[in-house]
Parts: sequence; structure tokens; C-alpha cells
Amino acid sequence: MARIAGVDLPRDKTVEYALPYIYGIGHSRSRQILAEAKVPLETPVRDLSEQQAVAIRTVIAEKHKVEGELRTEMNMNIKRLMDIGCYRGLRHRRGLPVHGQRTHTNARTRKGRKRGIGTRSK
Amino acid sequence: MARSVRKGPYVSDKLVRKVEDLSKSKKKKVIKTWARRSTITPEFVGHTFAVHNGNKFIPVFVSENMVGHKLGEFAPTRIFRGHPDKKKVV
Repeated sequence: MARIAGVDLPRDKTVEYALPYIYGIGHSRSRQILAEAKVPLETPVRDLSEQQAVAIRTVIAEKHKVEGELRTEMNMNIKRLMDIGCYRGLRHRRGLPVHGQRTHTNARTRKGRKRGIGTRSK
Repeated sequence: MARSVRKGPYVSDKLVRKVEDLSKSKKKKVIKTWARRSTITPEFVGHTFAVHNGNKFIPVFVSENMVGHKLGEFAPTRIFRGHPDKKKVV
């Protein structure tokens, strides 16, 4: 059972496509890591040898921030913006788009589901 | 995110001079400024700026992790006080 970077163990796929199950690793990074760990891309996860798994683990541990650590860093960045009271921080606080998008319409991803105002035809 | 690194950060010359003078004189004084587009440099840390927001001057005390932001980011130009109360439509 391959368990890399915490709790991730996708099985029947090839490593190339299994590593992106880890938060913080996408397809390109997956390929970089495998190249560095000298593991062929097409190896199915279930056939990973112990040494290969270790090699992958060390590469990730050394070069990449993943999972919880990455999430903490992101939240710290956002928290910093909020603490210094800059414009971007204010937008984060209010749950509005940060990069200057329009809010007259759209912006539903940040604002959440539509909250109508009263008159909805029955 | 936007400006080319090659150009270096933009800081208003006048502002730099004022900050230097103030640092030398060891006094604490609020620097009134309209230079919202100026980047905050490490030398600014510890000073207070009164940044114009188009209407008033907003006091901004510069701390370390504000370096690299622009002064204008700390003086909002718009105030949103919620949507107006709509009269009930019949």
C-alpha cells in the first residue's frame, strides 16, 4: 500500500496520475518528482517497490510543500493580508472577490449562493 | 504582480526625502501624503503616514509586513454602508 505525504493512497492508477491526488501536486509537478526520483511514469502504484516509494517521498519532503503545510501557508498569507488592513485583506474579510472583478453581477463563487431580496414570484 | 522587476519599485522622491529627514531628526511626526501609488519601503517602517483617500487623510502606521504594498492599499477610497432600504413595491 503506497502511502505518500500523509494520507494519500490512490491505487490502480499509474504513479504519474496518482501523485496529483496529493494536495499541492499537479500533473507537471508529478512528472518532475518522478523524473528526479528516477521512477518510470507508467509504473502502476500497486507495483511500486519500497525503494521507489521512499525515493518519491524524499523528493517531496525536500522540495515541495504539500497537504497541511501548504494549506497552513496559504491561510497565513491570507491572514497577513487581513491583519495589515490592506485592501486585499478587507476583501478577504468580507468574502468578496480580491482581484478587482465586478460585483454588480456574478462573483458568485466568492459571495456564495444567491441571496435574493424579497419579491420572488410565487 | 504587475510591474516589471527591472524597473524597481516606484516610490515618490518627495516621500523618500521626507522619511529620511524624519528618521534623522528622531522625531515622530505624521507625514501627510497624496502619494498613494508609492510602494512602502523598509525605511518607512515605524512611521505614520496620513494617506489621502480623496476626502480625508487616513492615518496608517507602517509595520514590517506592510513592506512591498502601496500606501493607497491602506486608505480605502470607497465606503459601502449596505444597500439602500427599498420601499416595498406593490
